[in-house]
Amino acid sequence: MGPDEKTIICRCEDLTLKRLRELIASGYTTVDEIKRISRAGMGPCQGRTCRALIEREIAAMTGVPIREQKPAKYRQPSRPVTFAAILGGEPREEDC
Amino acid sequence: MINTQIAVIGGGPAGLRAAVAAAQLGAQVLLLDESDHLGGQLIKQTHKFFGSQQQFAGSRGIAIAKKLEAAARSQENIAILQEATVLGIYEDGVLLAEHKGRVIKVRAQRIIVAVGACERMLAFPNNDLPGVYGAGAVQTLMNVHGVRPGRRVLMVGAGNIGLIVTYQLLQAGVEVAAIVEAAPTIGGYLVHAAKVRRAGVPIYTSHTIKEAHGEEAVEGATIWQLDANRQPVAGTERHFAVDVICLAVGLSPLSDLLWQAGCQMKYVPELGGTVAVRDAHLCTSNPRIYVAGDVAGVEEASSAMVEGQLAGLSAALSLGLGGKEAQEQLAEAKAQLSALRAGPVGEKIRAGLAWVEKGVTADA
Repeated sequence: MGPDEKTIICRCEDLTLKRLRELIASGYTTVDEIKRISRAGMGPCQGRTCRALIEREIAAMTGVPIREQKPAKYRQPSRPVTFAAILGGEPREEDC
Repeated sequence: MINTQIAVIGGGPAGLRAAVAAAQLGAQVLLLDESDHLGGQLIKQTHKFFGSQQQFAGSRGIAIAKKLEAAARSQENIAILQEATVLGIYEDGVLLAEHKGRVIKVRAQRIIVAVGACERMLAFPNNDLPGVYGAGAVQTLMNVHGVRPGRRVLMVGAGNIGLIVTYQLLQAGVEVAAIVEAAPTIGGYLVHAAKVRRAGVPIYTSHTIKEAHGEEAVEGATIWQLDANRQPVAGTERHFAVDVICLAVGLSPLSDLLWQAGCQMKYVPELGGTVAVRDAHLCTSNPRIYVAGDVAGVEEASSAMVEGQLAGLSAALSLGLGGKEAQEQLAEAKAQLSALRAGPVGEKIRAGLAWVEKGVTADA
């Protein structure tokens, strides 16, 4: 394996630097696009590890500084939560 | 549904101070923290702090955590919910949180986000081997659980965290083979750098990690030199037999809740990443949401405490609580922040703040 294949960008979803570079080269040039095609940032840590690394690689390959990149969206829940926790939680107000 | 006047998210130095400041003006406060202890990262800080007398300079971080927690627990109008992870902030001021396996709802008139920051990672071959740690994880292992992370460490990063954790490793009887720093100069305070140099740890500036080695776990690391354009120079490799690679390469504000709540955000490298635009009283573009501490810009615990004070006071004042005395406290907190950020050490922070304090209606 080459060094890029042994470099992990997203630990939750096993995205390597090699794959990230292939994706950027083939036109996926925002964090959201990379996320949708590779699942990077969709694991338990929700991008806390990979996001900054992906932004930096996009900047290095496309020349677009991070400040000018289209930021990825954040959605709730910001942490993984089980269905059991939701079902065991409070009822909807209209059901009360 | 829990109803409260002010919800504070995060029980570190900023959140605890914010809760106490608001409660002292008579606000009903709910403090949510995801861990089972209060004090945030302070509980790992076994060293004495600098900063100002008001922010307990000369005390160890862990002692400061105890003081802040005691102050919060002594306020009857602060309810504390530990092991409560906030999952989202909604338009109507409702928070969703998971509390011990149950999802709960909190409706708050004001929300102070004081969730801190997360550690940055580096991309290098074999960076997923067991033995590659963030500096915060090393501190948790050693200073909270009393577990040594390994026998011999390569430290990456010569900022204050890298230097302090190096010294703490030495105190725990762990060898530190070297410190590497990508910048041409040491980022941390000279007093910390001098201490580790006297202990015999070499610091390689303009160097970075090339790769980690090992099959099942880290067995070694190769570093190499960086040129003036921060490009690696082939032929300058050095190898170290280590079983731990400790990354102290900075922190990023944990701004996801603020993004998700729709606050106006800005990427400001001087503050560590993306932060909420806010006014001088730490109110974001959403008049219900305030920020304090590292989530507002990565800085030190002392400034996080004062920001917490400021945000707590401003949030309570905005609800019509407090009087002339509270206004004076507000002015005092602002003066303390300026003092902490004065001089060459605060230059970077001042430059960063100039981007986000222009007023919340400035360029979107």
